[in-house]
Amino acid sequence: MSKGSPASPALLATKSHGHGGHAGGSSGAVSPAAQTAVVGPNNVVAPVQMTGSEALVRSLEELGVKDVFGLPGGAILPTYDPLMASSLNHVLVRHEQGAGHAAQGYAMVTGEVGVCIVTSGPGATNLVTPIMDAHMDSVPMVAITGQVSSSVIGTDAFQEADIVGITMPVTKHSYLVTNAQDVPRVLAEAFHLASTGRPGPVLVDVSKDAQQGLMTFSWPPTIDLPGYRPVFRGHSKQLREAARLIREAKKPVLYVGGGVIKANASQELLELAEFTGIPVATTLMARGAFPDSHTLHVGMPGMHGSVSAVTALQQSDLLITLGARFDDRVTGVLKSFAPHAKVIHADIDPAEISKNRTADVPIVGSLKEIIPDLTAAVKVEFDAGGAPDISDWWAFLGNLRDTYPLGWTEPEDGLMSPQRVISRIGALTGPEGVYVAGVGQHQMWAAQFVKYERPRSWLNSGGAGTMGYSVPAAMGAKVGNPDRVVWAIDGDGCFQMTNQELATCRINNIPIKVAVINNSSLGMVRQWQTLFYDSRYSNTDLNTGHDSMRVPDFVKLADAYDCVGLRCERVEDIDATIEAALAINDRPVVIDFVVSPDSMVWPMVPSGVSNDQIQVARNMTPVWQEED
Amino acid sequence: MTRHTLSVLVEDKPGVLTRVASMFARRAFNINSLAVGPTEVTGVSRMTVVVDADGELIEQVTKQLNKLVNVIKIVELVSDNSVQRDHILVKVRADAATRLQVTQAADLFRASVVDVSTDSLTIEATGHPDKLTALLNVLEPFGIREIVQSGTLAIGRGSRSMSDRALRAS
Repeated sequence: MSKGSPASPALLATKSHGHGGHAGGSSGAVSPAAQTAVVGPNNVVAPVQMTGSEALVRSLEELGVKDVFGLPGGAILPTYDPLMASSLNHVLVRHEQGAGHAAQGYAMVTGEVGVCIVTSGPGATNLVTPIMDAHMDSVPMVAITGQVSSSVIGTDAFQEADIVGITMPVTKHSYLVTNAQDVPRVLAEAFHLASTGRPGPVLVDVSKDAQQGLMTFSWPPTIDLPGYRPVFRGHSKQLREAARLIREAKKPVLYVGGGVIKANASQELLELAEFTGIPVATTLMARGAFPDSHTLHVGMPGMHGSVSAVTALQQSDLLITLGARFDDRVTGVLKSFAPHAKVIHADIDPAEISKNRTADVPIVGSLKEIIPDLTAAVKVEFDAGGAPDISDWWAFLGNLRDTYPLGWTEPEDGLMSPQRVISRIGALTGPEGVYVAGVGQHQMWAAQFVKYERPRSWLNSGGAGTMGYSVPAAMGAKVGNPDRVVWAIDGDGCFQMTNQELATCRINNIPIKVAVINNSSLGMVRQWQTLFYDSRYSNTDLNTGHDSMRVPDFVKLADAYDCVGLRCERVEDIDATIEAALAINDRPVVIDFVVSPDSMVWPMVPSGVSNDQIQVARNMTPVWQEED
Repeated sequence: MTRHTLSVLVEDKPGVLTRVASMFARRAFNINSLAVGPTEVTGVSRMTVVVDADGELIEQVTKQLNKLVNVIKIVELVSDNSVQRDHILVKVRADAATRLQVTQAADLFRASVVDVSTDSLTIEATGHPDKLTALLNVLEPFGIREIVQSGTLAIGRGSRSMSDRALRAS
């Protein structure tokens, strides 16, 4: 008798064999990362005596890190001393949360691991939000925290916090280092974990005595992760089955998520889409993964998605899901989502497959490998069985796209429409810019009305919905992409959560541009109060805008930070104000765009109903074409 | 809901039990029982986790367990192909009048008496959870004063070892 059946063959293959995807694995491809598991140039460093903190800084250098974001304190002090003499560019933030979001922004635009360093206790807990944010949005990040000396861990020592325990649910992995000798290996493992497989945040908590203790440094260290073997190649049988479903489908759609951007697979996606002619929907996390201007693009799906994209998913008979996770903001009520669709689900994280929606064809692996393999399999399939005719499907979707384009109605109070402001920012800056939103109405409008043509040009807090993400993430993005124009498109609520990083930007010459879409309220909450709470505006008025106390005055606030503060209140001034901001590159610019509080985000699928009930405006659902 | 027994090889690192338990808690999976101990391989521990879950849920449980970096391998042990045992210590009221009846009941279940006092007996038993439930039912009328019970331990039948293939790769 055998000793028992594997709990899940599809899955256990990834752990127990270390190769080849689903149900047994065919490619036998050992993860390429396993051969070069240590990130960076892998310079050989002969053994040399140094302290743990010197080893920490030296390891970061050897890992190829150039920029780090942080703020020192007692328990991380030993590390800040060698940091001063290192090649690392350390950006001193004004709040640890800013260091975390900056590391995220840096990682999102560069594709490299973002690094932040803070002290123990409250310094570390201030990182919890960005760590959770990075976890939800799969951002490669290494967070280094100081910890009290190992001799007093567990005694409620000054500034002691069990940050490994606190962040356990929101990290990909975490370490507590209490021995100086472990520092290089742990950092090499942390970077490997953060950047391979499904990217994510890794926490490295280093006790003060581990920083001060002596150790023998050599490079590269040996990575020892017997339980970590991400799969890269998709299983060929599943790819063939996927190709067969694609040939048979009458209403296929490419449901593209942020994984395509993380895998740097935009070009591969373009080839698959153009070969098959299948419509492409890009989720909030995937904006820019496929060019908005492309004729195959039907828009963003989800709660505030376009009618054509929401309907493309909803009425599809085949969802070709690439690096997306059937988030509730996309599916609406899950059991009513895309009821007639079969599902191909390709993802590097096996646990995402069939988590929310059962997949008919699961494909585990990197989209960088899967998408071209799928294109090749589809070519074989089309050659054998003929290319499918999806012209009826396109006629239906094209009609929806033409009939219900994204748009807005001008507010009745005479104030500027936020949508116009945001679309002009996008138009005047162009697709080479980087756009970083906070969370709320302005985020949705920035996702809708800026036209994205390239990956890594759109950053936002998608899964976590972290207000305050924008300014520090834009700061990190600007450090990562110093030659690009970086816009923080922020709300007046979000901006007040993290605007202290303007000081960091000003002093460190990080000239971001902040567009505060100032509707004087917590706009998205207010919108829900308008729609679902009988316009009772409980605690959503912020008094920052038109005809209010204007506290704070954002122009004065910018001035206090020695940034340029501009205010724009009239439609006819929008372009000139944006152009003035684009012309300033020696310091950050903050524009107070005073907009109407009554503008709402449309379309909208109200919470708790099926995507079939999408509204293009209040109480207005599209007129559905007769299906054929 | 079906009962599943998962054998999980994990690295013997600090916090690994917390990682597993915390994952179960945050994903709202229910652990029925959990037993952890060292294995024949230095640095590798084995957890036996008994979970109540339906088909798709148990797949999620397994996948989420696999995501934990310290988890090396997971195998589901089905009862046909494995030996599954719980261990129980139970303190039963027993005076001179009832002591013999209690020890006879224990004998029937091949349980042993491991401690005696004037008004109680402590009985140790090992077996399939169903057998232990039956034992407790028999002892119940005498008056059960205290129970301590282990999580289920399980091992596959036959000569193969779970750790063979999993650890060879590393």
